[in-house]
Amino acid sequence: MATSSERSPPPFPDSEDQDLLEDVGGPESDADDGEDLFLSASSPPVTSMDTALPPASKPSDVLMEPPIDSISNPLIKPVTSQTENKPTSEVVSETFDDFFDLTNNITEAAAKDTADISLDEPSDRFVDILGSETPATQEEVMAADVSVAAATDKRDVTNSVTDPPAVGKKEVKEASTAPVINLSVDSSASKTQQPVAVDKVAEPLVDFLSDTPPAVDAPKPSSAAVDLFEDDGSDLFADPRLIKSSKKPQKSLFGETDEDLFGEPMVVNTKKSISKEQKDKPVSSKGAAGDGVSVAGPLEVSNPTEPADIFTEQGTAAVSSVGNASTVNSKTNGTCSEEEADIFSEATVELSLDSPQNERKTEVKAKPSAPTPSLSATTSHAKPQSSAIEELEQEEEEEEEDKFDIYVSVKDPEKIGDGMNAYMAYNVLTQTTLPMFRNKTLSVKRRFSDFLGLYEKLSEKHGPNGFIVPPPPEKSILGMTKVKVGKEDSSSVDFVERRRGALERYLQRVVNHPSLLQDPDVREFLERDELPRAVSTQALSGAGFLKMINRATDAVSKMTIKMNESDVWFEEKLQEVESADQQFRKLHTLVETLVIHRKELSFNTASFAKSAAMLGSAEDNTALSRALSQLAEVEDKMEQLHQGQAENDTFCFSELIADYIRLLGAVRGSFDHRIKAWQRWQDAQTMLQKKRETEAKLLWANKPDKLQLAKEEIAEWEAKVTQYERDFERVSATVRREVVRFEKEKAKNFKRQIIKYLESLLQSQQQVIKYWEAFLPEAKAIA
Amino acid sequence: MMEEVKEGASALSVHGHNVKVTEALKDGDALTFLIVSEKLSGTGEYHVHRTYEDLEWLQHNLFSQEDVPGIQGVIFPPLPARPQVNPPAKAVKQLGVLALGEWQPYCRALETFLQQVASHGTLCKNKAVETFLTDADPPGKQRARRNLFNRLSQAVEELRKEGHKDVDEFFHAERGRNAVATGGAKNAAERFLDVVLTQQKIAVACGHFSAALHLCVEPGEDPDKQAFSKLCVKLSEVFESMKKNMMNVAENNVNTLGLGLDLESRYQEAEREMLFRRTCKMVEVENARRNAERAKPVKKAAMEEVKRATEDEFGHISKVAKDEVARFQGSRVQMLQRALVRWCEQQLLTARQSAEQLSQHLQAVRALGPRPA
Repeated sequence: MATSSERSPPPFPDSEDQDLLEDVGGPESDADDGEDLFLSASSPPVTSMDTALPPASKPSDVLMEPPIDSISNPLIKPVTSQTENKPTSEVVSETFDDFFDLTNNITEAAAKDTADISLDEPSDRFVDILGSETPATQEEVMAADVSVAAATDKRDVTNSVTDPPAVGKKEVKEASTAPVINLSVDSSASKTQQPVAVDKVAEPLVDFLSDTPPAVDAPKPSSAAVDLFEDDGSDLFADPRLIKSSKKPQKSLFGETDEDLFGEPMVVNTKKSISKEQKDKPVSSKGAAGDGVSVAGPLEVSNPTEPADIFTEQGTAAVSSVGNASTVNSKTNGTCSEEEADIFSEATVELSLDSPQNERKTEVKAKPSAPTPSLSATTSHAKPQSSAIEELEQEEEEEEEDKFDIYVSVKDPEKIGDGMNAYMAYNVLTQTTLPMFRNKTLSVKRRFSDFLGLYEKLSEKHGPNGFIVPPPPEKSILGMTKVKVGKEDSSSVDFVERRRGALERYLQRVVNHPSLLQDPDVREFLERDELPRAVSTQALSGAGFLKMINRATDAVSKMTIKMNESDVWFEEKLQEVESADQQFRKLHTLVETLVIHRKELSFNTASFAKSAAMLGSAEDNTALSRALSQLAEVEDKMEQLHQGQAENDTFCFSELIADYIRLLGAVRGSFDHRIKAWQRWQDAQTMLQKKRETEAKLLWANKPDKLQLAKEEIAEWEAKVTQYERDFERVSATVRREVVRFEKEKAKNFKRQIIKYLESLLQSQQQVIKYWEAFLPEAKAIA
Repeated sequence: MMEEVKEGASALSVHGHNVKVTEALKDGDALTFLIVSEKLSGTGEYHVHRTYEDLEWLQHNLFSQEDVPGIQGVIFPPLPARPQVNPPAKAVKQLGVLALGEWQPYCRALETFLQQVASHGTLCKNKAVETFLTDADPPGKQRARRNLFNRLSQAVEELRKEGHKDVDEFFHAERGRNAVATGGAKNAAERFLDVVLTQQKIAVACGHFSAALHLCVEPGEDPDKQAFSKLCVKLSEVFESMKKNMMNVAENNVNTLGLGLDLESRYQEAEREMLFRRTCKMVEVENARRNAERAKPVKKAAMEEVKRATEDEFGHISKVAKDEVARFQGSRVQMLQRALVRWCEQQLLTARQSAEQLSQHLQAVRALGPRPA
């Protein structure tokens, strides 16, 4: 252990650090001693007691010094007070109270905040270790090996001696998110540990209680002080994993792989509960853990390769973070890392020693209530993440395939009912080879509002996650009223056909989206005979829809001003999307103009054909008369071609562009959701800041009752901050991926349409040639 | 139109059917036409500049040839309506296809007018024609008044005399036929003009779309983006060629069938005017007869004289008119046939070119893009 501790600092021989190290030289030696205690059976503890106790004052100094740099007040107070408590309070009753409060707080905090969890773990383990200590002493070495084994998965470390430090470093990394602070906390914890150990020797059982508080106390202040958390989001992510990986082996969850990462907090908790409670409780906690595992399960199954990657990543992350940690360590004091390492190994030991701790039960009986909620909290918080990751990976997989064996067509628009209550119903035909559907071909009848209802459901579910949900065509009061009134003129036919096409493309886009296809509502829409009537789609009338989009756009632009965009990619994309939107709108107007002209041409050609026919009939010259009536026929055919061309323009470009204007709206919507997530995160941070300030005030005012509440709140908000930050990052990642997918689809879509367009254009041109070729001899025949 | 050149060679020093209007020069709001005619001697060409006023002067001179018997039975080649620089919508309606383009159609129409005049058996003998085609200086200052035969007075009399029972069955039938044909030709010409105008609009719209597509090109290294940009550029090219194709189609329409229908329409109108003049003369003859019958003995001789003179004139007119109508029928069929054939040929050519281009574009697009489809 000592060797390891010596090793870690050297790589970062900053002059300051070294100074620090020198200053802390005393504690360091103490820590070593303490470790030795742990490592070397039960007898050493006594000696360690001696060494540890005198330093007890020192640790506080140490604590006070480094924290001041980073955190100033909050840390100092609690730590000092606690440290004072510990040595003095060997009385069970006093510590008991402390213990309860502390543990409760801690567990909750742990539940919500991964960082906290990491802190807690050491403490928990520490507790366990204490409980198990005597029996564990011998096994500690073993435990170290085990943890090492876990670590070795990630790195190839063979030496058990070297390993522990590594593990310790990892933990330090976890803490490194809040670098100085956490470390200091850890150190404090570690230092308190030593006293604890001392206590134990004296009064095994009672001491546990008294011991644990200090350890627990240490983490709390740290969490309160940890402003730095926000800065290193990625580290946070990496860290919990590290913990897990090390723990997994113990839990024999190895097979479960990544998900454990997320499940881990739970695992930790379960451990706690196990250690502290009876065997009964553990069962429930394990059940909870099982949930986490089950969540993890699918992922693991689907992506056997992924876990490995994660591991390697973790490994690398671990290495780099070790570097960081060590530097941090060197700053605060070299002992920290060692001690933590010890803690870690101890924790592992504890895990294996669940059963021996029965003794505790009696005293700890009150606790169980606190730990369990924390468990549930962790599960709930672990789940979304895992599911999000699941989604990501699924999508990646499916994107590579990119072939969707599902084709949806919307056919046979049909007016049902009369008057203003009439509505259009469509046949939705699905052809698929996907096993998720009951049949290869599905046919259902859906009305327009059902399509809108589907969109609402999808956008509600997937929009906030940053997915670009393809929007359906808007409601059109004007168009539909015409249809309802029952005018069978060309414009209402055109309207119905346009809408039918738009609905078909909309559905096809939905089923082409790998994530949306999985949605049960989509399946239900395609499969189920009767859908519950979609409500509240009335609000989505054409104008309303447009307004909504505009409002969203405004909101986005307003928000972007507020949000100092850190991601250049998003900034550029938003610009692009907006300019593309303008371009598409312009193109749409132009194509619509073109279509109008085509229709006009078709109309004019028809009337010219008529007048040519009249001219022919009035013609005396038979040959000329015949030629003119031939001409009229040719022009009639031309009219059909022009008509077709107008439709071609409409459906190849006009509607496509209209689709993309809608889709760009959806893209902006996803940006909007991302910014909302960001906003939520920022708000949470602000709130957390406030809570901390309150706590600081309370600390000075020395109101322990309220302080407790404030601490709970802080923990709660810390958890929220990390949660929201993670949400934001998840949404950002999703939006990014979705936009890339959108662009890919856009290019493909346009290409397909252009080819289709050119083909039909070519065809109609060839038709024109044919017509002229047929007419030429007629014209020549006029004598 | 009138192909046979009776004595035309002797009357003019130029080839009547070879007169060309090569260009229209715009000077402010005034248009000057460069008229080129080949000398009979083969020693060169006459190049003269004429304004629309000069053309009116020529037409006036043709109309007012009092000394030529039966002149009113001639179907005068119709002079296109007065051209206007930046014509208002109403004028465009009046000018028809002639208002399109940079006056090339108008020049063609003028050319046809001059050729018809110069190769007309009777009209080419008028000194004014020779002067108009060969004199370097523009003809005399005196501007033609709106002459009797002009459309202004026509409207009023028309109603009164149009339905007048004809003494000659031939002319009666011809009047009926002409009335239908005039309406039909006018209508057809107008409808065809609409078609052409719409085609031009489409060409313009294609051009706009093509230009707008160029703005969709996004810079960036991203392959998807580049693919999309390439598609935009390609589509822009496609629409550019569609635009050109549509322009060609419209131009073909104007230059062949458009001009043909316009000429047909104006000639029917001219025939109608001729028939109307004859009808007027006929009414005049009838009045003279009635007057002669009712005349008191003192005036009887004079009235008889008037009657005979009128009857003679009417006879001449009818004779000339009969020939003119026959000639007109033959030549207009030929003219229309030529217009139709050329129209068909040109459109066929354009359509083939377009199809060729389109298939090239199609190939290019297929080769482009994110992934070969």
